[in-house]
Amino acid sequence: MKHLIKAVLVIGALSLSACTNADRFNTTDTVDLNAQNGLNAANDINQTGLGGANDPSSPQFFSQTIGDRVLFEVDTSTLTAAGRATLDGQAGWLSTNSDYLAVIEGHADEQGTREYNLALGARRANSVREYLISKGLASSRIRTVSYGKERPIAVCSEESCYAENRRAVTIISIGQNS
Amino acid sequence: MIKRILTLLTACVLAATLASPTRAQSELIDLGTLTSGVIEALPFAIPSFQPEVGGSEQMAADISRVIAEDLNGTGLFRQIPASAFISTPSGFGAPVAFADWRAINAQALVTGAVAGNGNQVTVKFRLYDVFSGAEMGEGLQLSGTTDAWRRMAHQVADAVYSRITGEAGYFDSRVVYVAETGPKNDRAKRLAIMDYDGANIQYLTDSSAIVLAPRFSPTGDRVLYTSYESGFPRINVLDVATVGRQQLGTAYGDMAFSPRFSLDGRQVIYSLIQGGNTDIFRTDLTTGQHSRLTNTPAIETAPSFSPNGNQIVFESDRSGTQQLYIMGANGGEPQRISFGNGRYGTPVWSPRGDLIAFTKQESGRFHIGVMRTDGSEERLLTSSFLDEGPTWAPNGRVIMFARETQGADGTTGLYSVDITGRNLRRVTTPQGGSDPSWGPLQR
Repeated sequence: MKHLIKAVLVIGALSLSACTNADRFNTTDTVDLNAQNGLNAANDINQTGLGGANDPSSPQFFSQTIGDRVLFEVDTSTLTAAGRATLDGQAGWLSTNSDYLAVIEGHADEQGTREYNLALGARRANSVREYLISKGLASSRIRTVSYGKERPIAVCSEESCYAENRRAVTIISIGQNS
Repeated sequence: MIKRILTLLTACVLAATLASPTRAQSELIDLGTLTSGVIEALPFAIPSFQPEVGGSEQMAADISRVIAEDLNGTGLFRQIPASAFISTPSGFGAPVAFADWRAINAQALVTGAVAGNGNQVTVKFRLYDVFSGAEMGEGLQLSGTTDAWRRMAHQVADAVYSRITGEAGYFDSRVVYVAETGPKNDRAKRLAIMDYDGANIQYLTDSSAIVLAPRFSPTGDRVLYTSYESGFPRINVLDVATVGRQQLGTAYGDMAFSPRFSLDGRQVIYSLIQGGNTDIFRTDLTTGQHSRLTNTPAIETAPSFSPNGNQIVFESDRSGTQQLYIMGANGGEPQRISFGNGRYGTPVWSPRGDLIAFTKQESGRFHIGVMRTDGSEERLLTSSFLDEGPTWAPNGRVIMFARETQGADGTTGLYSVDITGRNLRRVTTPQGGSDPSWGPLQR
């Protein structure tokens, strides 16, 4: 368990610092990612240890290229079409990389009471979990946790920030029984 | 019911000022129409308590100051500055020059004396109705250790408040809350406990894991709270004296949060998340038995017992939006009590049993409000970008809550407000604060 949490924290930090915009299929994002990769290449940073975002079996590939998060409309836990597309990619990756376990973090924006947002975040995380299970992943590989409104990634009090915060993020880590 | 409480208060203040019929008449009207938000605070004088032995001067001044701050802080009393005094008592036992106090319009006079002896201190006080020239209640003497001087001051203020209003006080009480530091996207939270006025703060946990929504036990000896220590939200029970803590064994579920004690302190009601769905459960601390109290696909959370323990008020979105419901202590079909526009959450039953405080969201604003237990006479007490999480003073007359300011640099803070909506005040805390829980009067 301790091992898992540590891995979760490290990957969580990576994914946050790497990119905060959620929709990986957005063209603007693709440009950003390319620019970043280009920079890394120019600086000749050796990423063999972690596996680069271009290595399809790396956690970075999962979080950056496939997309580790899906977004939700206000006060809903229904998956959007874009969300389902991201999760199809996640399901495929997790099927291929069967050593990995996933914890789905559900989050809410700040417009709501603390308790309700915890429950709403749990609904969102569970929507993602059930979708991944429907795509053939073993339920034992996927846990959920809700952070409610406790962990916003965008801090303004406007819809542009709220939209980023209403999210479910899939945090992957190597399972203990691998 | 609100009116009845206020009328009671009015009657008692009237009784205290009967010797001045004209004044009392006009005050009765002012106090009786509190919904208009207008009240004439009762003017009182508190000459600095007499140091009865050498070396007690500072302690006497400090105790007098805290008593005055307590009374001023209610908004029901107004301290007359010492610069207006015509005379000051020559000694604690000396006759009171009532004419001098009447002349400056003082209606109540608090006199006292302080005697320190090593690490012990003795405080004596008397309370007078200036216009009748009569003492209200008997003089009282309190003794304790020097480091408990603030508690003694609060106890004197509680006695004054109680004698003048006819209601129990709330000054000798503590609040447990979540102390917050750091920016919005990297906020550190830890449990803190303090006197109701923000003094004597102590931290009960570090900030290595998120902690949320501490709740005092009815006697104030334990605190329930939600912690992410395990990586998942779970309920901890903390012993206030030893600061020892352990995880509450709940019914089986992925996450547990929003706990509250029953009035005998032997049961805990809380929310449990199973497969993404949130329902309310109860665990008996003595037997370890768990009971499910709600069973719907909706979100049921924020349960709070009635003072007689027979009922539970909670929030549910089963109607499509957050609304308030009341059910029996063992569950069963609940009755919806909130029907206004907007969303209602975080209900808390008043210690008097007559009112339910709640958070209301409407048109992008947050409010703290109260309603009767049948949902009638809803009254919104505050309005801001984000107000939430009311908790009751032990006498059920004041509510504390958390306010968060808007924007990227938004911060949190604790506030208190009278149940009439008057006297909104910031509670002094060294950092940000949220999720207050107001404990009982100390014994």
